[in-house]
Amino acid sequence: MGSSMTRGDIENLATDFYGLLESFKHAPLYHISFEIFLVLAVIWLVVFRKPRPIEKKLTEKEKQDLIDEWQPEPLVPSVDPNHPALNVRVLDGIVGKTVEIDGKKSLNFATFNFLNFVGNQRIADKAIQAVQKYGVGSCGPRGFYGTIDIHLELEERLARFFQCEEGIIYSYGFSTIASIIPAYSKRNDILFVDEGVHYAIQKGVEASRSHVKWFRHNDINDLERLLAEQEVLDKKIPKKARSIRRFLIIEGLYVNYGDICPLPRMVELKYKYKYRIFMDESVSFGTIGQAGRGVTEYYSIDRQKIDLISSTLEYAAGSIGGFAVGSSFVVDHQRLSAQGYCFSASLPPLLAAAAIEALNIMEEDNTLLFETIMEKSKRLHKKLLSIKGYIISGDEISPLKHIRLTHAFNTIGRLEEIVQFAQTRDITITVARYLNDEHLLPEPSIRLILNVEMTDEELEFLCAVLQEALVKVTT
Amino acid sequence: MVASSLQAGHVTTVHRHLTSKFHSNEEMGQTVFPLIDENLKKNNYKIGIENNNDDENLQREEFEETPLYAAILTYLSYAILCLFGWLRDFLRQSHIETKRGAVDPNASLAFVPLYQSYESFYTRNMYTRVRDIFNRPIASVPGAQFELTERVSDDYNWTYRYTGKTISAINLGSYNYLGFAEKTGPCATNAINSIKTFGVANCNTRTEIGTQRYHVELEQLLADFLHVESSIAFGMGFATNSLNLPVLASKGDLILSDEMNHVSLILGIRLSGASYQTFAHNDMKDLEKKLRAAIVHGHPRTNRPWKKIIIVVEGIYSMEGSICRLPELIELKKKYKAYLYMDEAHSIGAMGKHGRGIVDYFGADTNDVDILMGTFTKSFASAGGYIAGKKSLIDYIRMNSHANTYASSMPAPVVQQIISSLRLLQGPEGKKRIYQLADNTRYFRQKLVDMGFIVYGNKNSPVVPMLIYMPARVTRFNREMLRRGIAVVTVGFPATKLLDARVRFCISAAHTRQMLDNALISIDEVGTEISLRYSTRHKSRRLREL
Repeated sequence: MGSSMTRGDIENLATDFYGLLESFKHAPLYHISFEIFLVLAVIWLVVFRKPRPIEKKLTEKEKQDLIDEWQPEPLVPSVDPNHPALNVRVLDGIVGKTVEIDGKKSLNFATFNFLNFVGNQRIADKAIQAVQKYGVGSCGPRGFYGTIDIHLELEERLARFFQCEEGIIYSYGFSTIASIIPAYSKRNDILFVDEGVHYAIQKGVEASRSHVKWFRHNDINDLERLLAEQEVLDKKIPKKARSIRRFLIIEGLYVNYGDICPLPRMVELKYKYKYRIFMDESVSFGTIGQAGRGVTEYYSIDRQKIDLISSTLEYAAGSIGGFAVGSSFVVDHQRLSAQGYCFSASLPPLLAAAAIEALNIMEEDNTLLFETIMEKSKRLHKKLLSIKGYIISGDEISPLKHIRLTHAFNTIGRLEEIVQFAQTRDITITVARYLNDEHLLPEPSIRLILNVEMTDEELEFLCAVLQEALVKVTT
Repeated sequence: MVASSLQAGHVTTVHRHLTSKFHSNEEMGQTVFPLIDENLKKNNYKIGIENNNDDENLQREEFEETPLYAAILTYLSYAILCLFGWLRDFLRQSHIETKRGAVDPNASLAFVPLYQSYESFYTRNMYTRVRDIFNRPIASVPGAQFELTERVSDDYNWTYRYTGKTISAINLGSYNYLGFAEKTGPCATNAINSIKTFGVANCNTRTEIGTQRYHVELEQLLADFLHVESSIAFGMGFATNSLNLPVLASKGDLILSDEMNHVSLILGIRLSGASYQTFAHNDMKDLEKKLRAAIVHGHPRTNRPWKKIIIVVEGIYSMEGSICRLPELIELKKKYKAYLYMDEAHSIGAMGKHGRGIVDYFGADTNDVDILMGTFTKSFASAGGYIAGKKSLIDYIRMNSHANTYASSMPAPVVQQIISSLRLLQGPEGKKRIYQLADNTRYFRQKLVDMGFIVYGNKNSPVVPMLIYMPARVTRFNREMLRRGIAVVTVGFPATKLLDARVRFCISAAHTRQMLDNALISIDEVGTEISLRYSTRHKSRRLREL
């Protein structure tokens, strides 16, 4: 108690208090009642009265003034007329191994025509037959007489090719994975997504409104770290954790990087941490694996362990559209819940016919085509590595590679110069185009794509031109 | 007005005599209109379309109220279905009945279940029982008459068996408004030639090595057709909305969208990050109220003014058959300095004197609609979508659109089909088709209304929804019509409100008067069997009395 109150102080206080009470006795009645009223008023103000919000009551004239004064922004900001999207090269004719621009033919290392099915006579014939039987458009969504028997055939063939139970096709490659992810993953679920996935997957992830956990590109340790953290969180809320679904979204072969995902370890972790794997094999379908069945075949992993494989018909198969294969349990759900499937017109039958014929060619060939493309990719990789001054990113068996200049030099301007120079030497290549709102914008690069029918001389020529271009740009 | 109705009556009478002379569509060749040709030349293409000049007439729509007994019975039906659903689930759980359907391969491994049990309740117990009326595969061109593949189920629609035979039926379900879904004729021939010249696909995006000369030609042709400065085309109509609205709107903008807008618009609005409010369907007073409140109060919490306001509407609403009120929208838009986005998926090609859509139908100025969007799937019998407007707008979209930068460019045969049908549309062939469609629409709607059925929407819209309300009647109607050789589209919950299950007829210029009459006879028969004549505004009559 360390107070230094002496006996005298206490006596003084008591006297003062007594004096106060005495004064009450002598005060007039109106004074006392007024004091009591004030005390009650203070108590009421403090305890009962809530602060009323200050309401802005505007008059009609004020409202009209606000409406008259309000100036919206222009609908779109002004555009730069030199933007590359407004100055593209215009092509003529079949975009196969060679492409014609302004009357000149050049070798095509830019389009995703891996197996050179564009311009293939058999496929064109089948497409023509389909037009003669079904016309061009399907005139309706799948639910309302837009399902044509050729769609059912294509779905069955794709499922058989991948040795899965069921397949489903979409009419647009971009919308495939962008509709699939929101169909399964809802607001409370968790998505573990590789940072380097392509834009369509990013949009699908955004549309799903789930919790997203990005892990560093192809870094399995980073993924394990995130999974372990999530497990710790789960232990705190065990009941809720039993209703949160988890998905791993990866690509087989990444379009933006050219490297293959570490699938065996991811499948092991799947059974440990109980998540489902959705793999997008857009680039690896028809290019990786002994029979072109993708990364699962390359690693000899049982395809039943991957919950859903989605891919596109717009790259190796040389048609339009996308598809997904997996077990019936997983795939059938999309027929009622995937927006891009239910509310959109179905694939034009001629494109489905072209895809079926492409599958026929792939199955007949069995292994030669795919061995060839993997072999040529390796050779191209070696040749490219021998050019000093370029950084090559991509696996050696990947038919898709990204070329960059060494660090300080690597700007879009210089890469465009290389592309223009190559065009004058009759080689068509392209700078990879991205939008600025990508989750992780890749460094500027030239995306080189190998066509299986390129000869060794043509590959040599490509490397020679790239070498020349490098000299021209860096001096 | 009297004179016009007399003329209209004259045309109808002429048609009744001419039905037998129309080509039958057994061989499904190119649609031929020999006698309309004469008729039109006589009257100089003026009948029917140009007489509806006043806005009142153009916008007259009807949405009769649900009769009380129908509402009660419908709720009762769903309640009974739910009860039976729970009973069946219980039987399945206790292994009295075998569980059907696919099983999760990961089920025994303690994975979190992929689907909520209540989500799949509807699928297991209500949808599967009537699954055969949806997703019917066809085996021919989706023209006015087509072949359905026959499929049979031995276990109440859990699995199907294809018998190998086909059923011939009149097609009242496909979006083939101008009848361009043909396998012979100039469009098909040009498409085939384009496959030979350009191959089937391009395998690259528009901004890299994917822009062909035919893309540039298509966009130019489309811009000329619509009387706008510029346009851009994409490979999928759904993606045109969902991938381009995020380019136009962003956080800090306000979007006012009609409550009946299509899923693609809603997805696009959601992905854009802008705030949005819905206004009552086609209710301009509600829209004005919301516009005023938005400008006066700004953002709900911070009161900051909105950067811009975009009104999103559709030309023809595919489930309601109604047409947006364009003149009033343009007035509102100018008064409050908002921007207008019109999705003409169903109306481009099908409405208006020249087939230019709702702007043409009302005779408005195309410059007043800031963003015109449409699809090629419906009237042009192809695939894809477009956006049209001022050059600055289209250039901006070209630079920033997700579809332009990441999606494959449109293939040659698809583009060629659009170009051919656009060229035909601008010539005399197009006029015939537009006229035929308008005539078919008015005839069909009038007959249905006169028979006493409740039909929603504007009397000029080729989308004709007829209300059925009860789920069991919906199913029976569909199956009975197919037995009589008419293929229709019936929709229920969740595509429409719970009470308003309906059948939606899509009229085509390729339908002959004979086909429409056959359809009406069947509708009359089935409608009488199932008692579908709900209308209290119009007297119920049999077809033979009309």
